[in-house]
Amino acid sequence: MALEQAFIAANRFGLGPRPGDLRRIAADPRGWLRQQLAAPQYPAALAGLPPPRVQVERFFALRREIQEERKDLARRTPVAMQRPGTMAEAGAEATVPKAPAAGLAAPVRELYLAEAIARTRAAIDSPTPLVERLVAFWSNHFTVSIQRAAIAGLCGPFEREAIRPHVLGRFAEMLNAVLRHPAMLLYLDNARSIGPNSLAGTRNPDKGINENLGRELLELHTLGVNGGYTQKDVEAMARMLTGWSIVPPAQPGGGDFHFAPRIHEPGPKTLLGVSYREGGMEEVQAAISALARHPATAHHLAEKLARHFIADDPPAAAVSRLAAVYQRSDGDLAALARELIDAPEAWRDPLAKVKTPNDFVVSLVRATALSLPEPRVLVQSLRVLGQAPFAAPSPAGWPDRAADWLAPEALMHRIEWAGAAAHRLAGVVSADAIAEETIAPVAAPATLKTVASADGPAAKLTLVFASREFQRR
Amino acid sequence: MLSRRDLLSGMALGCGGLALGLPGVAFARIAGERRFVLVILRGGMDGLAAVPPYGDPDYREARGPLALAAPGEVAGIIPLDRFWGLNAALEPIAPLFKSGEALVLHAVATPYRERSHFDGQDVLENGTLTPHGSESGWLNRALSLYGPESAQSGLAVGQGVPLALRGAVPVKSWAPSQLPGLPPAMIGELRALYGGDRLFTMALEEGVQAEALADATLGDQRAMGPQGPQANAFAKLAPEAGKLLAAERGPRVAVMECLGWDTHQGQGTAAGRMADTLKAFATGVSGLAQSLGPSWKETVVLAATEFGRTVRANGTGGTDHGTATAAFLMGGAVQGGRVIARWPGLAERQLYQGRDLAPTLDLRAALKAVLRDHLELPAEALDRVVFPQSAQAKPLDGLLRA
Repeated sequence: MALEQAFIAANRFGLGPRPGDLRRIAADPRGWLRQQLAAPQYPAALAGLPPPRVQVERFFALRREIQEERKDLARRTPVAMQRPGTMAEAGAEATVPKAPAAGLAAPVRELYLAEAIARTRAAIDSPTPLVERLVAFWSNHFTVSIQRAAIAGLCGPFEREAIRPHVLGRFAEMLNAVLRHPAMLLYLDNARSIGPNSLAGTRNPDKGINENLGRELLELHTLGVNGGYTQKDVEAMARMLTGWSIVPPAQPGGGDFHFAPRIHEPGPKTLLGVSYREGGMEEVQAAISALARHPATAHHLAEKLARHFIADDPPAAAVSRLAAVYQRSDGDLAALARELIDAPEAWRDPLAKVKTPNDFVVSLVRATALSLPEPRVLVQSLRVLGQAPFAAPSPAGWPDRAADWLAPEALMHRIEWAGAAAHRLAGVVSADAIAEETIAPVAAPATLKTVASADGPAAKLTLVFASREFQRR
Repeated sequence: MLSRRDLLSGMALGCGGLALGLPGVAFARIAGERRFVLVILRGGMDGLAAVPPYGDPDYREARGPLALAAPGEVAGIIPLDRFWGLNAALEPIAPLFKSGEALVLHAVATPYRERSHFDGQDVLENGTLTPHGSESGWLNRALSLYGPESAQSGLAVGQGVPLALRGAVPVKSWAPSQLPGLPPAMIGELRALYGGDRLFTMALEEGVQAEALADATLGDQRAMGPQGPQANAFAKLAPEAGKLLAAERGPRVAVMECLGWDTHQGQGTAAGRMADTLKAFATGVSGLAQSLGPSWKETVVLAATEFGRTVRANGTGGTDHGTATAAFLMGGAVQGGRVIARWPGLAERQLYQGRDLAPTLDLRAALKAVLRDHLELPAEALDRVVFPQSAQAKPLDGLLRA
């Protein structure tokens, strides 16, 4: 029983046990988790990266170079060849030299890869995996994604400076940091959203509002889609957000957050029935406070957390308790994490959830405690399994239900990947030992019997990793 | 032009002979010949950018900087008639309109009237009136009408199974893989491991079959590489999907996804973000048609999105979430070469809530027509099982060749 509780602590709340972990954790599984919140360790893998600000600057510098190269190319290319969809196009493609941008994308890719590798490494090495899980959860809640190539180099810095420092702090503070980050301001198109009656707007009648961030702030980040807002509220939120922008990349401090009064829509705004006087950038700060304290936000966040840490269809009682804690503590995310640890529902079914591809790969590497395959290869593995770092398909982030991750082909790919890993590891680690250190506390007799009777060490090891007990949590 | 603008009333050309097959009988026929591919265009496709009503007197003013160059100009609209045209980036599927194998449904919308992508896609796929109105998808429920044999039929192309195809009927999925296959002996051991876990058991059984089919049909897939979810992934995967669908014992119903339509900023016209996505989509469909070979004659491809976008450009050269949009119906079985719409117009007073293209056609009317006339499902069951509370969205007659 104690080992089963340790299995839950290590998997449900963590990233899988390393050898010896289960026995250590079994003494006090909840205490092991609480201790992590009390003394989170900053990952060494991240300490080795340049500071986020430096990465942001480098990214914008690279982007500038790419744009200049493109302009230069355009100058050297006859106009008729620049227009796609014309009769000339098919022939033009063959004669125009390959865009130098294709070569310049590589440094951006390196920037992304360095962040992706460090993040994966941090998860594998972490002695405080619950904290890493919380970082991943909130980072996913506030998704920015490399699917938008224009921010590919900003996603890692975003997680490091807007999410990580706040996962045990206040929700409103995290939200504030998120809305000031160039990654979010560009990903959801707010940086160039211009109030039509602002100084800049009246001079440029073509320019105006972009309501993307305003909508997702209400729908995804705070109230939730059933949180009781209307299209008018979306528009009001978008008007409040005008001016929340960045320093133009070509200027000193390029990419830094900057409130631009010239593009801020003047005048009073009404959000959720509350009227806000014209207040420049204060408007959004007031709105953040109101949204963060809104009961719909409490419920929305509580439900997402419970789905992530308890069950795909989270028990209503746990959601209510989490929402109450959120409201009582004024959005204290550490208090929410403690409430999750205390939730009896989280400790009942050790196999209620299915690991994401990311956590499947990370837990496998943690279990074997070996010098890794090249971290770059691991990132490639995550891509093959459908969850490359920072690559969520939409602003809603990665999905969080078993059915989302266990399509037939997805399961086959997991098993095949595990098989390939097992072949590399079979001479070095024993399947029995790995099973003992990972799935043994919850393994069905049939699982252990099937593993025991398999033909050869690689097959045995593959079956341990392929077992439902290893893939669930 | 007028007849097209008011086409629903002019569509009396029936095809009654195809409707109402008995499920058991129908299955044998579908399994042998007919194919249906649903392409989900995620992100909210701007129907006015894809299929511009360039003959509408308000078109140019309403679209402003997003108005496309007139037919005949550089990168101009590809005219379908004197009212409708295609974005130049859709050039790869323009021949399908000429040959009468493609049509567009315009000013079309699902029953969803809010503007959340995720709820909008949920309604598009669950087939009810509300987000999260069903845990299963309408296409899975349609397959369920065939009985036990339907398990052979459904394939999701990509890393996941979209909600449209999820449900009680087991379905397969396929995505190109660089991974080594499993030794055959291991399949039995995996079955033993998963006994009693329905989710894992179902995924394993379907996965094993799908991989066998893909290996036999496509050979070595390592060169294809892992695919991102963007539109250009669709362009690469669609021709492979066509080969699987063409295989003698391959799937007959497939779902694919094409992403990249959420053009809030810098949407462009016949070049730019939107055009790139349109081109990738059209290239994929064209590749699908080619790889289906003779089976294309028996195929219907339906491409639909969760909602359209604002008629006017927003302040950043893009468009925000809207309501009605366009949907594509393509394939050798389609009675094409036209645009079907009860056109609401683009003048300010004609817009939905003063900003969006007004919905005048329920997408379910087209989906039901395809299920009834192409997959030969009983109309009664469509209203009861597949699209509950859709009786007022009557299947459109005459979408398919008689």
